[in-house]
Amino acid sequence: MRNTLILGAVAYDAKVVPIWDGFKAWFAKRELDFDFVLYTNYERQVEAHLRGDFHVAWNSPLAWIETVRLARKRGRDASTIAMRDTDKDLKSVVLVRDDSAVKSLAELRGKRVGVGAADSPQATLIPLLSFADAGVDVEVVRHDVLVGKHGDHVGGERDAVKALLAGAVDAACVIDGNRVAFAREGLGGTRVVHATPAYDHCNMTVLDGVPTTITRFRELLLSMSYDDPEVRPLLDMEGLKVWEAGRTSGYVLLERACDRFGTLDAWLAAQ
Amino acid sequence: MTPAIDLDDLGLDEGGHLLVKRALHTHGQILVRGRAPSLDVDLSAWCRTQGHRIEPAADGFAITRSPHDRWRGAERAGAVDRAADFAPARWGLAARGALVEAGVPDVGLPLAYKVDIWADEAARLYAQAAAAQWDPATAIPWDAPIEHPDEVEDAVVQVMTYLIENETAALLVPTRFLGRLHPHFREVMQLLAIQAADEARHIEVFTRRARLRRGELGLSTAGGQASLATLFDEPDFAIASFLLSVLGEGSFLALLWFLRDHAPDACTRELARLAAQDEARHVAFGLAHLGRHVQEDPTVRGRLAAAIERRHGALTNTAGLNAEVFDALVLLAAGDWTPASLRRGHAAVVALVGEMDSGRRQRLTRLGFDAAQAAALSALHTRNFM
Repeated sequence: MRNTLILGAVAYDAKVVPIWDGFKAWFAKRELDFDFVLYTNYERQVEAHLRGDFHVAWNSPLAWIETVRLARKRGRDASTIAMRDTDKDLKSVVLVRDDSAVKSLAELRGKRVGVGAADSPQATLIPLLSFADAGVDVEVVRHDVLVGKHGDHVGGERDAVKALLAGAVDAACVIDGNRVAFAREGLGGTRVVHATPAYDHCNMTVLDGVPTTITRFRELLLSMSYDDPEVRPLLDMEGLKVWEAGRTSGYVLLERACDRFGTLDAWLAAQ
Repeated sequence: MTPAIDLDDLGLDEGGHLLVKRALHTHGQILVRGRAPSLDVDLSAWCRTQGHRIEPAADGFAITRSPHDRWRGAERAGAVDRAADFAPARWGLAARGALVEAGVPDVGLPLAYKVDIWADEAARLYAQAAAAQWDPATAIPWDAPIEHPDEVEDAVVQVMTYLIENETAALLVPTRFLGRLHPHFREVMQLLAIQAADEARHIEVFTRRARLRRGELGLSTAGGQASLATLFDEPDFAIASFLLSVLGEGSFLALLWFLRDHAPDACTRELARLAAQDEARHVAFGLAHLGRHVQEDPTVRGRLAAAIERRHGALTNTAGLNAEVFDALVLLAAGDWTPASLRRGHAAVVALVGEMDSGRRQRLTRLGFDAAQAAALSALHTRNFM
């Protein structure tokens, strides 16, 4: 097992097991000795990564920032080697009910705004940064589903939209694609009053000193084709058409949100 | 010029994506316009998940179709109106003739060669079976008088008990093959399914008849069950179907006709008549696909003969048809305990055994065995009838 390249991922859903089992088998056919370990939350994964328990992390955007900051604290360097095509240029939206008179963020001042889990970049941190930047104070109503999984589980966003439709909140914050996705589930009748600037989502994170087999791993990831019927179901489950080169330019908003709200302060201080 | 589509005020949360998809189906690049309030956000998010590229244009959005295509490498699961000689696992559960995406999981359906299972008559027999389904609640005169002596009723109950046991085997044995049959052979799948439904109905009516006057059922012998158990051991569809349908159900057909003609009450006579109609179809299918199989591969005949001999060997030490069933049939046909009636009943049962033998020989001849082979093989058939 000495040369096995190990990936860390968070088990935010049962499908994570077949996804990485499938990729493992696909890599094995291409003679890459690969395995993975699953964590129940991103903080434990980031700490394990810095400890050297595995080589590459499949990180949420917040876990990426946690890794960068913890690495910096320890005099290490973090970088990203790949991300999904669907991780680039996402937006979060603030929704109101179709029949609401609200037409802008400012009109939500003092109102109840439903957000996702406390650590969800897309349904909590980034949209709340929009309110903060606009100087609009609101009453935040959190929908904490599986905290520690950084909003990967869609349940928090769904609960926020349900609360909106039930009249329990005046607005709800979700990732852009979920407005239409929830409408298909019967949770329609919403309108966008604000869209955040674009940002990036998950990435494959490595630390300095990663084994050289990471080059082959990255090469194979980027070679996966949606036309390949063997790998296509895995890409479908993981929600991408193609793996692309990683970039770090899309995390500025989340960095600012973390600084503004002190999201990572206590955790980082304890490390 | 890039074709343009106008969504008017239709949102993507209201089905607007259908118009976009439709346009992208025929054009690599399109211009999308619309007045829905959230169109820019929704369209960008939708394009991202689909792999399409989207850019703002002067009066709308320019969308370039994704280079990734789920349907590359897809293939038709044969032709809708003609079964293929072989159905590959990669067609999976798809309707015959459907366009199947590559990468379908193998669900393990090894009966995939037409020669092993096909009969051109399957579609006709299925249609006939579907049209001939009868409702046990209304088709049988459950209230018809039962005026025969108690012990004759006991004999009826014993025969029903025996029929239920045999029909259970007739339901389960083909169903085990049905679960392994490639659904490309739709007509055969449908026919086996409706046969199972037939057997389920027979089990229902035989049970109901047995309980009309009695709280308990009759006897089940180890020898009878050993005979049926050999049907479960047979892994080859052709051989199992030969033993069960052509020989077993063929003999059973004679038994049901016997009950139709000799049973002491109208209810038993009618349910035997209706069950016999169904069983005749089962025998017809067995004969049809085995006839075709033997024609395409004459060596099958040798395997069929060997299977009868093997089964006979396996059952040498069993009692075969239990004395209780034989005696019950005699009493049932006699109708009472007078010596004259018993003589008549006994003669009828002996004639029945003769008819079963002659029916088996006739069917074996239809499969290409000569008269001497047919007579020898028929004689080796289980004494349990099925």
